[in-house]
Amino acid sequence: MDISNYLYLSMILFTIGSLGVLIRRNAIVIFMCIELMLNATNLALVTFSRINGNLDGQIASFFTMVVAACEVVVGLAIIVTIYRSRRSASVDDASLLRN
Amino acid sequence: MRTSNSLVYLIALPLVSAAILLLLGRIADKWGHLLATAVSASAFALGLSQFLQMHNHSGSNRAVTQKIFDWISVGTFKVTGSLLLDQLSICFVLLITGVGTLIHIYSIAYMSHDEDRRRFFAYLNLFIAAMLLLVLGDSYLNLYIGWEGVGLASYLLIGFWNQNPVYAVAAKKAFIANRVGDVGLSLAIMISFAQFGTVSFSGVAAGAPHASKAALAVIGAMLLLAAAGKSAQFPLQSWLGDAMAGPTPVSALIHAATMVTAGVYLIARSHFIFDASTTARTLVISVGVITLLFGAIVGTAKDDIKKALAASTMSQIGYMILATGLGPVGYAFAIMHLLTHGFFKAGMFLGAGSVMHGMNDEVNMRKYGGLAKFMPITAVTFGLGYLAILGVPPFAGFYSKDKIIETAFNSGGSKAIFIGGAALLGAGITAFYMTRVFVMTFQGARRWETETDPHESSVLMWGPMVILAIGSVASGFLLSSGSALVNWLQPVVNASHIEGGKELMNPNVVSGLALLAVILGVYIAIVKYRRVPANAPVNVSLLTLAARSDLGQDLINDRILVKPGFALTSALLAIDHYVVDGAVRLVGWVISEISNALRGIQNGYVRSYALMMLIGLFISVFVLWAVTA
Repeated sequence: MDISNYLYLSMILFTIGSLGVLIRRNAIVIFMCIELMLNATNLALVTFSRINGNLDGQIASFFTMVVAACEVVVGLAIIVTIYRSRRSASVDDASLLRN
Repeated sequence: MRTSNSLVYLIALPLVSAAILLLLGRIADKWGHLLATAVSASAFALGLSQFLQMHNHSGSNRAVTQKIFDWISVGTFKVTGSLLLDQLSICFVLLITGVGTLIHIYSIAYMSHDEDRRRFFAYLNLFIAAMLLLVLGDSYLNLYIGWEGVGLASYLLIGFWNQNPVYAVAAKKAFIANRVGDVGLSLAIMISFAQFGTVSFSGVAAGAPHASKAALAVIGAMLLLAAAGKSAQFPLQSWLGDAMAGPTPVSALIHAATMVTAGVYLIARSHFIFDASTTARTLVISVGVITLLFGAIVGTAKDDIKKALAASTMSQIGYMILATGLGPVGYAFAIMHLLTHGFFKAGMFLGAGSVMHGMNDEVNMRKYGGLAKFMPITAVTFGLGYLAILGVPPFAGFYSKDKIIETAFNSGGSKAIFIGGAALLGAGITAFYMTRVFVMTFQGARRWETETDPHESSVLMWGPMVILAIGSVASGFLLSSGSALVNWLQPVVNASHIEGGKELMNPNVVSGLALLAVILGVYIAIVKYRRVPANAPVNVSLLTLAARSDLGQDLINDRILVKPGFALTSALLAIDHYVVDGAVRLVGWVISEISNALRGIQNGYVRSYALMMLIGLFISVFVLWAVTA
């Protein structure tokens, strides 16, 4: 199988993820879409690692996973807090930063 | 050259006294005038002792210096706060402190009804200190400090009664005209420094013979501008008439005897510049001739006694400036006329003050008349000063003014006739207007209102007048007998070195001509002013009208300087407002409009921020791709 197919898959996953972030309103779904984009990136990195025949990309993908794990912890905490105070997980309701 | 430790006290004493009187305020009201007078008298005593010591030495050994402190020391450029007392400056020291002390004494009585008398005396002492610094400084920079100091004192004293707006404006006018001259002096100092690398008199004197003609001419012209500002010479003469707004003792001391002669001192002190540059000398002569005629003509039409005397002062200083332009021999005669003028003009101003004191501060001579009967001492002392300024032998002016006219006639070349003729004409006009002043004030029928009670002033006032009158009589003879002053000044200004050229006129012929001009002037004035109308006649000749309006000096200044100055400032203001401020405001407006437009993007919706991030990401990736591909 042609190795570039992995890259096409990564692009498709990233596109789905970013469209999800832009279109959906539910914070949990947006969060999952972000995870999707991160994993698409990881896939691309691992693929590049394979193409180049070294481990640089794989190491970078480990970093991404660590950062993603941290981000999940913080992000979920924020979402839960917002939900508790506003009884809604819609990102459009949390627009108080304006003005 | 000898050194001395006591020169500094000449300046320090009046300066400290001025500071005490100004700082203590009302506490010093009771004794302030006494302290000031005592200090001035002790400065005179110091000057006299210096003079006697100087007299015991000979020739070049007479000058005394004192170094007080190092002022500026940058690389090879050194200016020390040093004083130099030589044969030239001692003349001024004695004149300033001597006449100054007399006028202090006079002012005790003259200002006795003024509640600010202490402040007046503080300013007088400040003036004495600054003027002494001016004549004692050993470099142009030291002189400059004194030069500015006397300008300040003059401003403060002209505007002493500044509750009257007209007087305050007169003070400002004098200050501004002086500033124009000061620019000349500072430029001269800067050019001297650029040219010679030093600003001390001795340094510049040593460098002057080797300097380029052009540089010397420019320095000379700038020094002349400075002298014109301080000495009310053409074209900066217009302030002196208005300066009569100050109390009369001030007019006598500052605007007749001492400060206004600082220009003559400056030129005589810078003789090395003018000796080496004929261009500068020609300029000096022109200014002197123009001013001596200008002042004399203005003097013929003034009804205000002080303004008539001020015009006369201007004219007499014109004579001195003319003399300084006539080369080495002229300096001594300029200084001689300066000293005799200091006596007779100060005496006449004090006389005018005494008349005003007895006439309820009336200054219009048309309201005087026949005062000799009521103020005999004033009339006699004024009369002696009058004879002295006319140049009637054997009074002081005869020795000093005739010498200048004679030197002018014998200055060589065809221009000598013109210069000498102008000086002679000036003497005739002087005789005319001074006779007019004397006759209108002391002779003829009384023209004052019935409630006025003319009376002689107190001894404190007529005492100084008598002493100055004695000076008006004797000083000319004393200074010129055996060429005393010429020999005295010889080491400083090199006066004995008379430039060649045949004598055009014998001194006796010149004296005869001058006397003839004087008699003519006196005769015309007596005939014309036998009867004086109490109100100035309206239908008068064009010349009288011109002289009454100071030959249009204010009009010309107004048209040439003030109006364009106003136009320039309002144009600059408009440019500042519309161009400079406009540009700044435009930038602000553009930024604010852009911000308004951009504010719409900050809508608080996370998804739109995410979209922008994505767009930004696409753009960066595209740019990276475009650059690397």
